[in-house]
Amino acid sequence: MSRHTLSVLVEDKPGVLTRVASLFARRAFNINSLAVGPTEVTGISRMTVVVDADGELIEQVTKQLNKLINVIKIVELTSESSVQRDHILVKIRADAATRLQVTQAADLFRASVVDVSTDSLVIEATGHPEKLTALLSVLEPFGIREIVQSGTLAVGRGSRSMSDRALRSA
Amino acid sequence: MSKGSPISPSLMAAKSAGAPKAPEKVDRAADAVVDNAATLSPVLGPNNVVPPTVMTGSEAIVRSLEELGVDDIFGLPGGAILPTYDPLMASKMNHVLVRHEQGAGHAAQGYAMVTGRVGVCIATSGPGATNLVTAIMDAHMDSVPLVAITGQVSAAVIGTDAFQEADIVGITMPITKHSFLVTDPEDIPHVMAEAFHLASTGRPGPVLVDIAKNAQVGNMTFSWPPKVDLPGYRPVVRGHNKQVREAARLIAEAKKPVLYVGGGVVKGHASAELLELAELTGAPVVTTLMAKGAFPDSHAQHVGMPGMHGTVSAVTALQQADLLITLGARFDDRVTGVLSTFAPNAKVIHADIDPAEISKNRLADVPIVGSVKEIIPELTEAVRNQFSQSGTPDLSSWWSFLNNLRDTYPLGWTEPEDGLSAPQRVIERIGALTGPEGIYVAGVGQHQMWAAQFIKYERPHAWLNSGGAGTMGYAVPAAMGAKVGEPDRVVWAIDGDGCFQMTNQELATCAINKIPIKVAIINNSSLGMVRQWQTLFYEGRYSNTDLHTGHETVRIPDFVKLADAYGCAALRCERDEDIDATIQKALEINDRPVVIDFVVSPNSMVWPMVPAGVSNDQIQVARNMTPEWEEED
Repeated sequence: MSRHTLSVLVEDKPGVLTRVASLFARRAFNINSLAVGPTEVTGISRMTVVVDADGELIEQVTKQLNKLINVIKIVELTSESSVQRDHILVKIRADAATRLQVTQAADLFRASVVDVSTDSLVIEATGHPEKLTALLSVLEPFGIREIVQSGTLAVGRGSRSMSDRALRSA
Repeated sequence: MSKGSPISPSLMAAKSAGAPKAPEKVDRAADAVVDNAATLSPVLGPNNVVPPTVMTGSEAIVRSLEELGVDDIFGLPGGAILPTYDPLMASKMNHVLVRHEQGAGHAAQGYAMVTGRVGVCIATSGPGATNLVTAIMDAHMDSVPLVAITGQVSAAVIGTDAFQEADIVGITMPITKHSFLVTDPEDIPHVMAEAFHLASTGRPGPVLVDIAKNAQVGNMTFSWPPKVDLPGYRPVVRGHNKQVREAARLIAEAKKPVLYVGGGVVKGHASAELLELAELTGAPVVTTLMAKGAFPDSHAQHVGMPGMHGTVSAVTALQQADLLITLGARFDDRVTGVLSTFAPNAKVIHADIDPAEISKNRLADVPIVGSVKEIIPELTEAVRNQFSQSGTPDLSSWWSFLNNLRDTYPLGWTEPEDGLSAPQRVIERIGALTGPEGIYVAGVGQHQMWAAQFIKYERPHAWLNSGGAGTMGYAVPAAMGAKVGEPDRVVWAIDGDGCFQMTNQELATCAINKIPIKVAIINNSSLGMVRQWQTLFYEGRYSNTDLHTGHETVRIPDFVKLADAYGCAALRCERDEDIDATIQKALEINDRPVVIDFVVSPNSMVWPMVPAGVSNDQIQVARNMTPEWEEED
């Protein structure tokens, strides 16, 4: 099954996240990640949904999503035509002996240290999911205590705005 | 590379002009509505202009229903909807007080199915609302325009497990087209208009409006028509020209085409259009369980109902076809059997108003999204042009194959060996003596299949049943709703003894409100369809299917006494020679409901049958008897 990134413009109404999430559950679609937040337009939120599905199924996913009354527009963003980023916070075991090695590893990934204590560090990193996986594999030997990760965020490359076009055709 | 999405100037303008979160284009569309109120308005009803008037939320609910053109409502009051029942008492609208909320839901469905209008049901919060769930799910599966209004506890106590609180919006989310929770009385007019618009347009379906008690008792300013703001809802009505032409090309090339007609043609009121297309193409027509009557059963091109209990000619027509012209149907598993073996050599034209149905189960070669009411005439025109260029296809060998099947394997039944009446005969006689102008409403099970097989349907909206959901107990309340919607027609509930015991409390509603439906209980003393499967697939081990209501049993309940207690005319028929006279007698009683206990054999089975889990090619015309396929090419 291939991975697809859908950008979904929705009305910012109560229950809209539940509607989307329960649709995926009841139609047995595989959701890999889901991120949601407000947009530049008041009353419109944008969800980035990463779905594992083959070609015909992804068409069915978008059609079913489109049936939700609160869904305004769906665009599939390919990795070539869009910028895709995940955000991660990792708490690492790090004392005086290992702290420098950990911060050096973080530097290699342009990650930053956002909290320090005597025996731990919190590292913040942003990037394509593959980069973050690589970062975690480097940090893993030091001892990972906690991982918090966002869903993927994605935006199309170039000057065109999805919400602009969506609302014009609305 | 984009550095953040720029805010569009037009949106900023809309915002600075003070439009509350409505995108610009929607505002313009709503303005246009004011100019063309009667024709283009998304607000149902006559769009009377009501200047701002202060009233309570409850009064606004009732007034909105009136403005939307509602005449009849089915419901049952309770605590959280009580405020709304007060102004309802003064309304001209007819409220039918049911005995169980499920009855209100199915009645609203029956009403919607025969009238084509939105059916309305009302219940209170908590258990009142959850009792509607089965009917809402049924309407969802069969695309019935339904608006369910429920009371909810006050907004201030939502989420506290208050008395009779249930998250009915959450509970019904998977089984509604959309739902609303109203906590502000000012939202009532536009939400009501949106609910009716959603329920009745595009692919019809149930919409739930859950209204908190504080929104009912609070004051608001009512004006009409309200603004419908649904930026994410744009159903496609007209078919794509290029696809329609491509479909016409395939039709002109096909040697073995079949018009596979589903319930969408009934919902879309496109029977006349279908008849023209069918006669132009000369292709055989199959009508699914939901489409009975969309094309006259008596028409020479009608080869029957497809599916698990379809005719050999209809099932085989689909299996052998080289082209399926699919109109408002959805390749349901009861039609296709094992999907991978369904119509293996056919190309598929699939026209449906719901894009998600196209290529959901079977990949469409030519998808056409739109209303069949628009698409079929477009297709007829395109086919006519195509035929004038390439000639009318010769379907004579296809027809001789199908005619032979039709002659060799007509629908029929074997007489029971226990001396009891054949249920099929009872149902066939009801249809024959009542005629095609009657309305027939079935429950679910054997009697439903026989009612689909042995009553002749000549017009749409004459046949109601629970197709997708398979809801036992649908018949009596749905028949009640149908009779309210079409009071001048004879309405039969063809019910089973099992189904009847699920919702017969609505006989009280029928008797008291003078809704004279006729109920034929096809009493085989068992859960017949389950029993049939036990006979065929469980070596006759009849686990929990004996209901003790029939011949030589304790007869609990005695349906005649029960019907009598409900103020209905009560008849019993136990012999073949009494069938016609009993039906005639029932047809002559029109001042109260009639219930007939037709005592029939428990051993009759529904044939033909495609057993579950096998290909439609394995259709059996009787137990372990498959048709002879020598004629096949």
